[in-house]
Amino acid sequence: MAEFFNMGGYAFFVWTSYAVVAVLFTYQFLSSRAQHKKLISQLGAEAEHKIGRTNKS
Amino acid sequence: MNDQTVSTMSAMMALVRRDLIIAMRERGDMLQPVLFFIIVVSLFPLSVTPDKTLLMQAGPGIIWVAALLATLLALDGIFRPDHEDGTLEQLVLSPHPLSLLVLAKTLAHWLVTGLPLIIISPLLGMLMQLSGDAIIVLCGALILGTPALSLIGAVGVGLTVGIRKSGVLLSLVILPLYVPVLIFGAGAVQAAMVSLDPQPHLLLLASFSLFSLAFCPLASATALKISVN
Amino acid sequence: MTTESLNTSGRGKKWLWFHRFGSPAWVYGFANRWAMPIGIVALLLFVVGLYQGLIVAPPDYQMGDSYRIIFIHVPSAWLSMFSYFVMAASAGIGLVWHIKVSDLVARSIAPLGAMFTFCALVTGSLWGKPTWGTYWVWDARLTSELVLLFLFIGYIALSNAIEDRRTASRASAVLALVGVINLPIIHFSVEWWNTLHQGSTVTKLGRPSIDTRMLIPLLIMFVAFNFYFLSAVLNRLRCELLSQERRTQWVREIVHG
Repeated sequence: MAEFFNMGGYAFFVWTSYAVVAVLFTYQFLSSRAQHKKLISQLGAEAEHKIGRTNKS
Repeated sequence: MNDQTVSTMSAMMALVRRDLIIAMRERGDMLQPVLFFIIVVSLFPLSVTPDKTLLMQAGPGIIWVAALLATLLALDGIFRPDHEDGTLEQLVLSPHPLSLLVLAKTLAHWLVTGLPLIIISPLLGMLMQLSGDAIIVLCGALILGTPALSLIGAVGVGLTVGIRKSGVLLSLVILPLYVPVLIFGAGAVQAAMVSLDPQPHLLLLASFSLFSLAFCPLASATALKISVN
Repeated sequence: MTTESLNTSGRGKKWLWFHRFGSPAWVYGFANRWAMPIGIVALLLFVVGLYQGLIVAPPDYQMGDSYRIIFIHVPSAWLSMFSYFVMAASAGIGLVWHIKVSDLVARSIAPLGAMFTFCALVTGSLWGKPTWGTYWVWDARLTSELVLLFLFIGYIALSNAIEDRRTASRASAVLALVGVINLPIIHFSVEWWNTLHQGSTVTKLGRPSIDTRMLIPLLIMFVAFNFYFLSAVLNRLRCELLSQERRTQWVREIVHG
């Protein structure tokens, strides 16, 4: 196991590059899904607001 | 009625003449890129080294980078004043092909900003300790390369002319596209410095300029139509 | 008269599937449905590829274990180029035929392409340190990647700087097309410059045969990256479609439904 993490002495280079890619890919994926959710609720709230106003007037 | 008889050629000539007259009226503006060119080049010996051999090695590259920046600095003038006073809209609406009118404006701009750089370059070559042959090659490379800088630059200005503050944006958009000119141009001078044949570099540079001549006016015309709308 | 009308109706049918891609509502539905499944496929492929690449594949006889970076470097580099071409093609289609979805696809790809280019640069230089002894070598491929990153940055900066969305996508489409014509020239010029200055000091991976245990993870990771790219584009496209079309009926229906 330790041997696996050691990567034949290249641990820093191998794991840093894998980590950079993993973090960026995950962040990108999650943030665009979160943005989608936010957009849906935001647009929903806007629409509610509009309907509320038209009902009042 | 007279308008209909104006051929595209004479429209282009008129446009070049007009831009040159405007430039001559504001000669101070014309000098600015040249002065910038000289100052940037003379900063390098101060910041890097005054050592003769090192300057000889770095000289061609420094002069080319400075020429590129000087071109970039003056680039906005190609369409922006015309955009501000409405001339650009007239050009877009004119019956002549916009790409040819753009070509005429680019030519005028090159005469005003590119040509002075070429004329002053032997002096800078001497400051950078370039050999006599290398200085001749430098002039040749600038003659072949600066048209491409103006042509590609016109596309960038066409794209950004509608944006109020476009200073840094223009450089971001344009500089990566200047890479081939820089490589071939500086390469030619460096080859001449070590007594190699600069001809392949110059030919590549010339072909890149011709290629830009064919495509860039079309792209700038499209860009202007988008920006003016 | 009748034959003519038959003809046009036949053509209409043939093009029906294609026309859907021009309809924002249909594309939104498509993206919404497929983004996650494709992402899951990508994830599974990543797991298999990482297992194969990090555990099964043997160390290289020259580079030791550092070569394992290649399993993520090569797909990143491929996707960086590929996404620029797809972005330019899509932007060009949007520019010529005024297809809004096409513009939005280009907009969705741009940041992803910049991300892949960045990944290719980082992994390339992390691979370069043990292989060449420094983090950065002005090697032709790395330099080309760097210029590509600048091209992506210019594209993103331009499309963000123009306020009107339609003008922005049309202007940046012109830039993408100029860039895509220039890209091979830039690539060639950088290679030319590199051979003049570096000669053959930089040895490449040009070995006649590559061990299958190394090739398999590379292929799996390659496919995984492409699936990830597809899923990410669909994910981003959903958001772009929603915010661009926020005043239309179909968006209202989705928001309420």
